[in-house]
Amino acid sequence: MNSEKVIEIRHLSYTYPDGRPGLRDIDLDVFRHESVAILGPNGAGKSTLLYHLNGTLVGNGTVRILGMSMERGNLKEIRRRVGLVFQNPEDQLFCPTVFEDVAFGPVNMGLEKAEVEKRAERALEVMGLKGFEERSAHHLSEGEKKRVALATVLAMDSEILALDEPTDNLDPGGSRALIDRIRKIPQTKVIVTHHLSLVMELCERTVLLDDGRKIEDLPLEGLIGNRTLLEDFGFDAELAQWMYERVKASRVINKSNK
Amino acid sequence: MKHAFLDHHSRIDSPIHRLDARAKIIVFFAFILVGVSSPPSSFSLFALLAACLVVMTLVARLPLGHMVKKVVIILPFLFFVALSIPFMKREGEGNSFGFWGLSVSRSGLLILWNVLVKASLGVFSTILLYSTTTFPKLVKGMEELRLPRIFTVLFSFMYRYSFILVDEVQRMKRARDSRCFGGAWLWQAKAIGHMVGTLFVRSFHRGERIYLAMLSRGYNGTMHVMTPERFGKEEGIFLLWVPLLLFLRITVG
Repeated sequence: MNSEKVIEIRHLSYTYPDGRPGLRDIDLDVFRHESVAILGPNGAGKSTLLYHLNGTLVGNGTVRILGMSMERGNLKEIRRRVGLVFQNPEDQLFCPTVFEDVAFGPVNMGLEKAEVEKRAERALEVMGLKGFEERSAHHLSEGEKKRVALATVLAMDSEILALDEPTDNLDPGGSRALIDRIRKIPQTKVIVTHHLSLVMELCERTVLLDDGRKIEDLPLEGLIGNRTLLEDFGFDAELAQWMYERVKASRVINKSNK
Repeated sequence: MKHAFLDHHSRIDSPIHRLDARAKIIVFFAFILVGVSSPPSSFSLFALLAACLVVMTLVARLPLGHMVKKVVIILPFLFFVALSIPFMKREGEGNSFGFWGLSVSRSGLLILWNVLVKASLGVFSTILLYSTTTFPKLVKGMEELRLPRIFTVLFSFMYRYSFILVDEVQRMKRARDSRCFGGAWLWQAKAIGHMVGTLFVRSFHRGERIYLAMLSRGYNGTMHVMTPERFGKEEGIFLLWVPLLLFLRITVG
């Protein structure tokens, strides 16, 4: 594996404005082209950790993105490199039309008009949203909104994608379609989720958080093989192992078809 | 839940729908200006203006009955004007009409007519404008006409999030009703007060999250706009309404 470190977090702690601890002494390294799942119960600090990746939240400790430390002067560049997709697309999509939303990032980057259009169109195409340019966000289905939200960061050509529960609120079909799209994106990914099926499809490494602490950091195989750990985190170990066998088998079939 | 309550007809295809938003903003604004600036007694001018608006409604393939129904929203406001009419009387003018001990003067009635006709024409023009132009295009048109950016940004956020707010209110109402809401008036008022408070807090938090989402995509305090729309021959022809209206105002009004 290419071993360039793209995310380096050391002793990161964060306290919410109301005094509740959000993160406690987190260390995390992510390498280029890795796909890392962040798992944990509600309120474990998963989203909070994600928000630190582009300086949306700033805690105590060091966060380095592509070698840049989280400083005011670096923020603009870091936000360009790290595409953060919020859990609720209603928060992410604030423009009157889909096209304007997707173009918002590139326009802010000061790109030329032609380049903005090119990028927006490419991002929409990758997400299967051609022809949606002039639609308004409130006329879209939940799955379409999620895809537009992802397109808004793809248009920025981010090297790292930070996705907060990408398949949350989606029906099985929409969730399937979104996972297939995400898999085709080559960028480094950090994905917060509750769905083991998504993890099995997209990630090779899992980080488990609980109560703001990093409990484990292990390859997917390791998590699936660890019955107690799975059960501690509320997963049905037997079901998870059975699913994993199936996913592995379908991967083999996919590969042999290619 | 989905809504399209504001720009319900704006996605119909018609010669007027296809025009650039700027031309339409200017022309309908001219309609309002000419209407408002005319003396109340220029009945034939008002009739002409109304006829022009009706013709435009038909050209735009909008349902006339529906448009008229929408104009009715101004009635409550007119009611308050009507209330004050008995108190308006010119010196030396006799009572023209009287009933139940109240009397209405001719000048008072003229004031009511004045408000009625100008408000209806103004509202009709506005409805025509937003029924023939999608909201995003309307905002863009205003931007290109150099309306201060802060207003257009506010408009576009308002448009985007009004739907979400309405959804939220609906959900809250359903949740409230499914828990057998009812009882004394004071008790209801309290529950509604809580709902309004919750709505405010949620909107406030949403505002924060939206701002974070904007920051994540490189927002630095200024809204940039993309391409201006094309201003072609059709728009030029449509703008001929403005001299025509001025002409009518001078000769007929």
